[in-house]
Amino acid sequence: MRFRKFAFAAAVGATIFAGPQSVAPAAAETVLKAVMHSDVKIIDPIWTTAYISRNVGYMIYDTLFALDAKNEVKPQMVDKVDISADKLTYTMTLRDGLLWHDGQPVTAADCVQSLKRWSAKDSLGQKVFTGFVSEMTAPNDKTIVIKLKEPTGLLLFALAKPSSNVPFMMPKRIAETEPGKQISEFIGSGPFVLKRDEWKPGDKIVFTKFDKYKPRPEPASGFAGGKVVKVDRVEWLAIADAQQAINALSAGEIDYMEQPPHDLLPLVKGDSNLKIVVNSGVGQFTFRPNSLVPPFNNPKIKQALWYALNQEDFLKATVGDPAYYKVCKSFYPCGTPLATTAGMDGLLTGNSKKAQELLKEAGYDGTPIVLMASTDLPILTNLGPVAKQLLERAGFKVDMQSMDWQTLVARRNKKDLPNAGGWNAFDTAWVGADILNPVLMAYMNAACDKALFGWPCDEKIEKLRTAFMKAPDAAAQKKIAEEAQLAAIAYTTHIPLGEYSAPMAVRKNIDGIIDAPVPVFWNITKK
Amino acid sequence: MFGYILRRLVSTIPVMFIVALIVFLMLRLTPSDPAAIIAGDNANAQQVEMIRQQLGLDKPLLVQLWVWLSSLLHGNLGESFFFKKSVTSLIADRIEPTLALAAFTLVIAVAIAVPLGIFAAMRRGSLLDRIVMGFSVMGFSVPAFVIGYALIYVFAIKLQWLPVQGYSRIANGFEPWLRSLILPSLTLAVIYVALLARMTRTSLLEVLGEDYIRTAYSRGLTPLQVLVRHALPNAAVPIITVVGLGVALLIGGVVVTESVFAIPGIGRLTVDAVLARDYPTIQAIILLFSFVYVMINLIIDVSYTLLDPRIRY
Amino acid sequence: MSDRAYTQTFSALAKLRIPAAAKEPAIVIPAVILGILALIAILAPWLGTIDPALLDPTQRNKLPGFVGQITLADGAKAPFTFHMGTDNLGRDIYSRVVYGARISLVIGAMVAIVATALGLAIGMVAGYVRWSDGLIMRFMDGLMAIPPILLAIALVSLSRAGLTAVIVAIAIPEIPRVVRLVRSIVLSIREEPYVEAAVTAGTPTPVLLFRHVLPNCIAPLIVQATFVAASAILVESILSFLGVGIPPEVPSWGNIMSAGRQYFRIFPHNMLYPGVCIAVTVLCVNVLGDALRDRLDPKLRKRV
Repeated sequence: MRFRKFAFAAAVGATIFAGPQSVAPAAAETVLKAVMHSDVKIIDPIWTTAYISRNVGYMIYDTLFALDAKNEVKPQMVDKVDISADKLTYTMTLRDGLLWHDGQPVTAADCVQSLKRWSAKDSLGQKVFTGFVSEMTAPNDKTIVIKLKEPTGLLLFALAKPSSNVPFMMPKRIAETEPGKQISEFIGSGPFVLKRDEWKPGDKIVFTKFDKYKPRPEPASGFAGGKVVKVDRVEWLAIADAQQAINALSAGEIDYMEQPPHDLLPLVKGDSNLKIVVNSGVGQFTFRPNSLVPPFNNPKIKQALWYALNQEDFLKATVGDPAYYKVCKSFYPCGTPLATTAGMDGLLTGNSKKAQELLKEAGYDGTPIVLMASTDLPILTNLGPVAKQLLERAGFKVDMQSMDWQTLVARRNKKDLPNAGGWNAFDTAWVGADILNPVLMAYMNAACDKALFGWPCDEKIEKLRTAFMKAPDAAAQKKIAEEAQLAAIAYTTHIPLGEYSAPMAVRKNIDGIIDAPVPVFWNITKK
Repeated sequence: MFGYILRRLVSTIPVMFIVALIVFLMLRLTPSDPAAIIAGDNANAQQVEMIRQQLGLDKPLLVQLWVWLSSLLHGNLGESFFFKKSVTSLIADRIEPTLALAAFTLVIAVAIAVPLGIFAAMRRGSLLDRIVMGFSVMGFSVPAFVIGYALIYVFAIKLQWLPVQGYSRIANGFEPWLRSLILPSLTLAVIYVALLARMTRTSLLEVLGEDYIRTAYSRGLTPLQVLVRHALPNAAVPIITVVGLGVALLIGGVVVTESVFAIPGIGRLTVDAVLARDYPTIQAIILLFSFVYVMINLIIDVSYTLLDPRIRY
Repeated sequence: MSDRAYTQTFSALAKLRIPAAAKEPAIVIPAVILGILALIAILAPWLGTIDPALLDPTQRNKLPGFVGQITLADGAKAPFTFHMGTDNLGRDIYSRVVYGARISLVIGAMVAIVATALGLAIGMVAGYVRWSDGLIMRFMDGLMAIPPILLAIALVSLSRAGLTAVIVAIAIPEIPRVVRLVRSIVLSIREEPYVEAAVTAGTPTPVLLFRHVLPNCIAPLIVQATFVAASAILVESILSFLGVGIPPEVPSWGNIMSAGRQYFRIFPHNMLYPGVCIAVTVLCVNVLGDALRDRLDPKLRKRV
């Protein structure tokens, strides 16, 4: 390498390199350079549900509770929690020595205000806090008391919600910002500090180790346990072109790449300096029909979708290598407690004959399906064309419209008819952590107008989701979850298209990556 | 002379006003909704409407235009919809890489193209001439990103001489800065070299056919003396004109090159801003680029007087 | 048309001297190659191609020459050789490249036609209707000051990206140059004695423009149009590369390359074939344009 550099210099003319040499970085400072799935444009992780903002949240903020590697709720900022015998009063005590990045101590009042802002915004937060919580107070600097109207098993789970929106804790004065407005000061109590002056959207965002962070004593597990930071500085660089990012990884210009496209993994395997790290967290591809407008306002026509589509085709076309995908005919991620294949017999196998029959029975009149396909997120790009081909084989007329994800996001909120700027269906992906149960699963929300885009409207599903919140134990929860899946199949709120794992590519000298559904940077070492 | 420069400067004002008008109308009359994009994935119609009001997009077109133009006159480019930063600081962050890339490319291109064009003209019809002309047509025919990837593959991946991507600020040292610029500049220079070499050759050939060149030869001057004393000064004006016209090519090329090499310059900001429907940023960038283009062409027009004694204003 | 107009049109075309041109390799070779490409585009369905959108998740990223099978519309399977391999959706690259000739050539031709036609119309008006000249030319100066690629990017991505939007977006920035060219011709012709005579005789303006101005514009416009066409094909590929071009499922050469560029280290064939097609096409159009220019209007050389 040294020689090559020299040869190059000689070739160009050694004189031009006689100028000032680069300043060597301060001794022993370890810098981890990473390329994430997207550039950071917005930081406020309560205001937006964007995954990249959530990932920033895990760097600079901390949570009261957290899920461990087994998806069990563990205290994080909280030292201990007492639950009264009637399960109506939760008394939580904060750990000692928690500090904000500006040096102020973390108080219970800060946390109460943070929970207020989060619960006004987050869908699970709204359900739990408006439905069950009667009062939330901070009797002293260390204690948070939450009182419930009736018992729910979901309060602590909600406080440990792993994915967007995560209930991150912020200082009171910042958390007093209206939930509809973005915060402009980014002070957390998490293991990393945001270097505000070095954040250049479209270029990079920089975090440094928070020296006064006090990790828990337990070993790190999932989001729980001690968040011990073992590098001095983390930089996330914006390199939009995935192949270029892998080239940069090979050349040692970066150390870590969150989501290399599956088709490029052979390049990583072929490079002895790189390795692939597979997370146990999975993603689920999802087909979302619009239940509000014809023809998918007819549940019978939606039934045909279950026969028209075929998980294997989507998975092969998008992921390719079977090592990284799994057919999973369950709304809930396979391998998690609530996973079940109930009601899925004969579905999602690409039985176009059966789909054609159903369409005929339902009286499908040939109205074209406006299928929105996003083109700029590599993991989603191939879903649209596959769906189009499968639907056409089943006798649907399909008008696939390609657009960038931002446009799709804007358009899917429109309730108009497809020819007036609305839509009929699109494909997307969810991370497993977002769809662990029927309440968490945003697409199962069937509250008509109040549901997410697609606006499913089904009383039975809604009743089951409410029942799930009140379920006393795991066995009851499992039973309700199964019934909810049956109801969601019968109504077709959405269709799971199979699971994939998104491996990371890192250089060989990077170790200690935590197996969590969200990429977190504590515990990582760089030798 | 000063009167001329002043007149030209004044005449740029209506041009810039029209650019501003075109850009403004283009953004407002195309069907896109920044508010919905900023509101994010799970926003409802109310939230979107609220953001639209915050951004002032609910006001009538003329009012929006007035607000923007009057703040422009105060030197205020507005605040980015998306990045929550003033557009001025956004552009200031990004200007160094783009300037460095453009300037470096210009230097490389002139250094390569002008000698090539001269050789080709002096040896008209020779193999070298044909190669130069062939290369120049080829340079116009291959998309810049293909050239970029080819260069990366050979020089960054196979030979590992130069970095694959990125830009190293000059404050971090001269050598890394220079190394980070070489491949992007070469990529960007190809089309420029093609244009410039061709123009140099053509204008030199025309001059070489003039009577006074023959006279110079008959006075016993060597070809080199003729070239330096008579031919080049007279061929300079069209060459310089092309350097100016090429700035438009360069600006377009910057967008592509910065995307290939992940250089955080204004070119990438443009694409990001357009995809995010960040109106203030798009408006400012297009205005800025247009202004640069107009100014460079003005400077070139003025420089004619210095180079060509026949032109007087 | 009057006799004079005939003569002028004829003399403009006569400058082409078709029999002589047919012997000049710089015109014949690119013209023949472009003709073949156009034929390929027209005959695409009969050149052993399959539906360019037909995908097969089981046959992704196959190398050129791969022998696999295709699923026909009725569900039956048939053996098929993928001469140029498949892309990452298992689509046949050969079919996409062949059908891509349609899209890319149409874009080149349509942009050239739209830009020259509009430019001609506006230029004639500017050159002849005195009061409009200042207004139109200031507007054109403004349009010209905006870097063409930026203007195209903004226009396409802000409107709904489709073939028409792309053609319009690439054509608009080209218009000012055509307008300037036409206007300068009009201004010089207006001073000619026979035109002044016609004006004095009370010939209406439209007739004047049609009889005397149009014929003089034909030669330089043909040259200009070839360069516009060449740059349009390149700009299309650049828009696709930046992710703001025509929808990616439409097989334009730019789109095929843009989809393949992510994988070009492993599967270079994705980018190679459409890339060669673009380069050859643009090269031919450019060479043809150069040769036509030398033949039609040596003065144009200076204008680039």
